[in-house]
Amino acid sequence: MIDRNDVEHVARLTRLALTEEELERMREQLNSILAHLDTLRGVDTEGVEPTSHAVDIVNVMREDVVEPCLPQEAMLANAPDRSGELFRVPRIIEE
Amino acid sequence: MIYQPIHALADAYRRGDLTPPAVAEAYLARIDAVDGRVGAYLTVVREQALAAARESERRWRTGTPLGPLDGAPIALKDVLCTRGVRTTCGSKILEGFVPPYDATVVERLRAAGAVILGKTNLDEFAMGSSTEHSAFHPTRNPWDLTRVPGGSSGGSAAAVAAGIAAGGFGSDTGGSIRQPAAFCGVVGLKPTYGRVSRYGLVALASSLDQIGPFAQDLTDAAHLLGVIAGHDRRDATSIQAPVPDYVAELARGVAGLTLGLPDEYFIDGMDPDVERAVRAAIEVLKSLGARVESVSLPTTKHSLAAYYVILPAEASSNLARYDGVKFGLRVPARDIVEMESRTRAAGFGAEVKRRIMLGTYALSAGYYDAYYGKAQSVRTLVRREFAAAFARVDLIVAPTTPNVAFKLGEKEDPLSMYLNDVFTIPGNLAGIPGVSVPCGFSVSGLPIGLQLLGRPLDEARVLRAAYAYEQATSWRTRHPELP
Repeated sequence: MIDRNDVEHVARLTRLALTEEELERMREQLNSILAHLDTLRGVDTEGVEPTSHAVDIVNVMREDVVEPCLPQEAMLANAPDRSGELFRVPRIIEE
Repeated sequence: MIYQPIHALADAYRRGDLTPPAVAEAYLARIDAVDGRVGAYLTVVREQALAAARESERRWRTGTPLGPLDGAPIALKDVLCTRGVRTTCGSKILEGFVPPYDATVVERLRAAGAVILGKTNLDEFAMGSSTEHSAFHPTRNPWDLTRVPGGSSGGSAAAVAAGIAAGGFGSDTGGSIRQPAAFCGVVGLKPTYGRVSRYGLVALASSLDQIGPFAQDLTDAAHLLGVIAGHDRRDATSIQAPVPDYVAELARGVAGLTLGLPDEYFIDGMDPDVERAVRAAIEVLKSLGARVESVSLPTTKHSLAAYYVILPAEASSNLARYDGVKFGLRVPARDIVEMESRTRAAGFGAEVKRRIMLGTYALSAGYYDAYYGKAQSVRTLVRREFAAAFARVDLIVAPTTPNVAFKLGEKEDPLSMYLNDVFTIPGNLAGIPGVSVPCGFSVSGLPIGLQLLGRPLDEARVLRAAYAYEQATSWRTRHPELP
């Protein structure tokens, strides 16, 4: 069971400013979903290697050469706020 | 010309009976006439489509078409980046986002002469099974407008079913192509993981996502796959294997093939109409010369739980990029943490928030082994069971979904929505190819899908068996009567 503190903690980790009502509904729904996910505990996976990828892939190597990339202006065109060639954001470091 | 498969349109272009601009005009006019009721599209690119169609006409006229897709009017799920055309993922958080590049799939379709009509609706960030949970509007099932088209690629499936696209593309992470194909009575193919480049596909769960086509018939599905399949250096997970001529393989029939029938795919509570139609379809395949053997996939019942750990975990990480800094929505605030938290709270819908929370929790300190580690081991069991089955049989045959299309608003509880994908999820966990092909209708007149699953990279055999079934039946000639 996860409680209200857990929900608030996870919301902070994920940067979601949830309302009181959302936090409460999230607690209920996550508990109901987790109750189903907990059925996994009953599966015997002793000595079974985890699969992170369905297809066995090894590292893909390539030459480290400079190639053209998307133009700076194209990348900045979607910026919600910019200053010249930079993305502008609110203050990060306290005064 | 509506409801003519793409290969038939190409024949008509070759003969000069039809021209791509005339077909594009007809599709655009039909979108105007019916999409107000269906809601398949989020964006229609009329001028671009007509310009592409005129180019195509020039090529056909000079005898230099780029292939069978030249002049084919198609629809793209709005998770595929399209240069210069807004890409929303069905979310408010991508407000104003116009991609500066095309996804590899889109690039290949353009190079093949396809005429892109527009971008189709989906559950926000492809999280859902009904296409009700788009931030814009729900999509409705063309067979019954009170019902859902399935999801998350419900817009593309509904567009093909409604005759407002000749073919379409979606993404399938847990069934998001096959399930809406079944609900809408069209063909839907999920290729092997890595068969198609994911470059430019907005990521949901990177180890599961795969792009595939919706089609009116198997011949079109084979053509559409042939164009998008193949290695791409921009996606390190794309497989370096030659792409067979899927169309040439179609007519080889099912005689001599062994089909595995898993007991675990016929469960209590499934719609008896679905079971009846699927068992009848298996009899058809037998009559065509296929042998049917029983196979056991006992971990099927745990696949859903494993999936709902792995998917949210990967999604929570992938969706961390929507922070209001470089693109999309920003809700202004005094400091950056508040800006990010408010932006994400305002931009994401309820299901997206739920899965981000669930995934973050499952990955958090103290729970990682119990959830994520455990789910990955269960995934190994699912893979092993499929591998053991495919050592004995060539293909697995099963229903695509336990039920037919449900009513809008019917599945309010998240878990009951998740249960819709119980037969499609195992294929994603194992990374194997699967197709849904129409195999009949319920008593209430709703389409039912037959699912065929194959060995990794064995799309050719999956398509060939589905084609044999399709050619022996006539379900594809039925179309919804749109009011």
